[in-house]
Amino acid sequence: MSDKITKVDILTSESKLEDLMDALNKIDITGMTVSSVLGCGVQKGHKEYYRGTAVDIKLLPKVKIEIVIANVPLEKVLETAKAVLHTGQIGDGKIFVYDVENVIRISDGAEGKAAL
Amino acid sequence: MKGLNGADMAFVIFAASLVMLMIPGLALFYGGMVRSKNVLSTTLHSYAALAVISIQWIFIGYTLAFGPDKNGLIGGLDFAFLRNIGELPNADYSTTIPQLLFVIFQMMFAVITAAVISGGFAERMRFPAFLLFILLWSTFVYDPIAHWVWGGAGENAGWLKKLGVLDFAGGFVVEINSGISGLVAAIMLGKRKKMRPEPHHLPMAILGGGILWFGWFGFNAGSALAVNGVAVNAFLTTNTSAAAGAISFVICEWLINKKPTALGTISGAIAGLVAITQGAGYVTPMSAFIIGLIGGAASFFAIVFLKAKLGYDDALDAFGCHGVGGIWGAIATALFATKSVNPAGADGLFYGSAELLKSHMIAVVVIVFYAAVATFVILKVIGKLTRLRINKEEETEGLDVALHGENAYNIFH
Repeated sequence: MSDKITKVDILTSESKLEDLMDALNKIDITGMTVSSVLGCGVQKGHKEYYRGTAVDIKLLPKVKIEIVIANVPLEKVLETAKAVLHTGQIGDGKIFVYDVENVIRISDGAEGKAAL
Repeated sequence: MKGLNGADMAFVIFAASLVMLMIPGLALFYGGMVRSKNVLSTTLHSYAALAVISIQWIFIGYTLAFGPDKNGLIGGLDFAFLRNIGELPNADYSTTIPQLLFVIFQMMFAVITAAVISGGFAERMRFPAFLLFILLWSTFVYDPIAHWVWGGAGENAGWLKKLGVLDFAGGFVVEINSGISGLVAAIMLGKRKKMRPEPHHLPMAILGGGILWFGWFGFNAGSALAVNGVAVNAFLTTNTSAAAGAISFVICEWLINKKPTALGTISGAIAGLVAITQGAGYVTPMSAFIIGLIGGAASFFAIVFLKAKLGYDDALDAFGCHGVGGIWGAIATALFATKSVNPAGADGLFYGSAELLKSHMIAVVVIVFYAAVATFVILKVIGKLTRLRINKEEETEGLDVALHGENAYNIFH
């Protein structure tokens, strides 16, 4: 248990990013990778118009937050994320949880939990 | 009457074209400073002003501003829909260019002034409310103030013109007017969800600023309405003040924030340009250097400290740049104006007369008051007809998609 390292990917709307970062900071999650992505799921896109021509846009702009944790309990992260992101509507996003085999810090060669 | 002069006509046609180019310039300047999801809505504010005010101007705007004087307050309707305007000059304004050319030149001023205000309420105003606003604002604020300061001649002139106010290219009419109105609109619409500046494309903003600097030569030198020494002087005072504004703004940044920035440099140049607009044809290039230095620094302190202290959300600093720079320009003109530059002008405080300072203080107070109150009333009235502000969901989604169904950057195409 103690050496388990977990990766959590959160996909959600751009507008929630800052609130989520603040909430994660409060439970001592300080490291993360954030990317701007386009995605679609249950949520449909919207229509755009170019010189009067309607265009269906299926992919919507979202953010992907990647976190790797070992010391902070996974449950705490999931609860925090759900509390911040939940509105009950489609488009709130998804959370994916993975096991991580190893972590290596390049600057000093530290591995596993010590590298986080 | 000397009759039409080909050189003057060619010059003013060129100058009017330069001022028109300031509108795309402003669109780029403002558009680069907003979030990528609002760039089209912000850009459209400038272009919509170009479309709407161009028509308003030839229908009624020109005649309200420059028609035969009524009690010093407003122009009569003699020139509505361009009636009674032809190839002949109107001696009140110029003896060597057709009145129709004066209509064109002044039209671009009316357009850019309406567009400048949009910097105050960027990223949150609904488009129908915006269209109504610029139409009403131009008619009830810009046109009367233009008349007070520029309309008519001699005994039959606007009341501020009779008072002896000097406004070479629109320090009162364009800059103070738009800056104060932008501030009032920003306060009335309320803050954006996030006030922190997140400029999405600085090179675009800086290119826009560069185009504004270029176009300002038409604005200021063109305001001589003739190819003469005053025009040449205005060109150089304009450039000098822009350069001095850039230098002083960036020095302030360098001293206080420890780093000189590119956007700061061009913002300082714009502040310098605003500050010299009023006096361009009345002060010397050496005075313009001082006017620009103080203009750039004043704008810096307004944008960085005043805005933070008072907490209003003047998104793109319509007030911090145009309001503050314009008020300084009004004072500066009253200090530095000299008849040696322009015999049609007056001597300011540093050249032995306090009269100009007195009339300029009156004009500043009156225009600030009128622009603020009228903008307030216009927005209240529009608020009764339609919602002024987008809702939260639209603000999150971005105005481009929410209001216009358009997206500026499709990264996967």
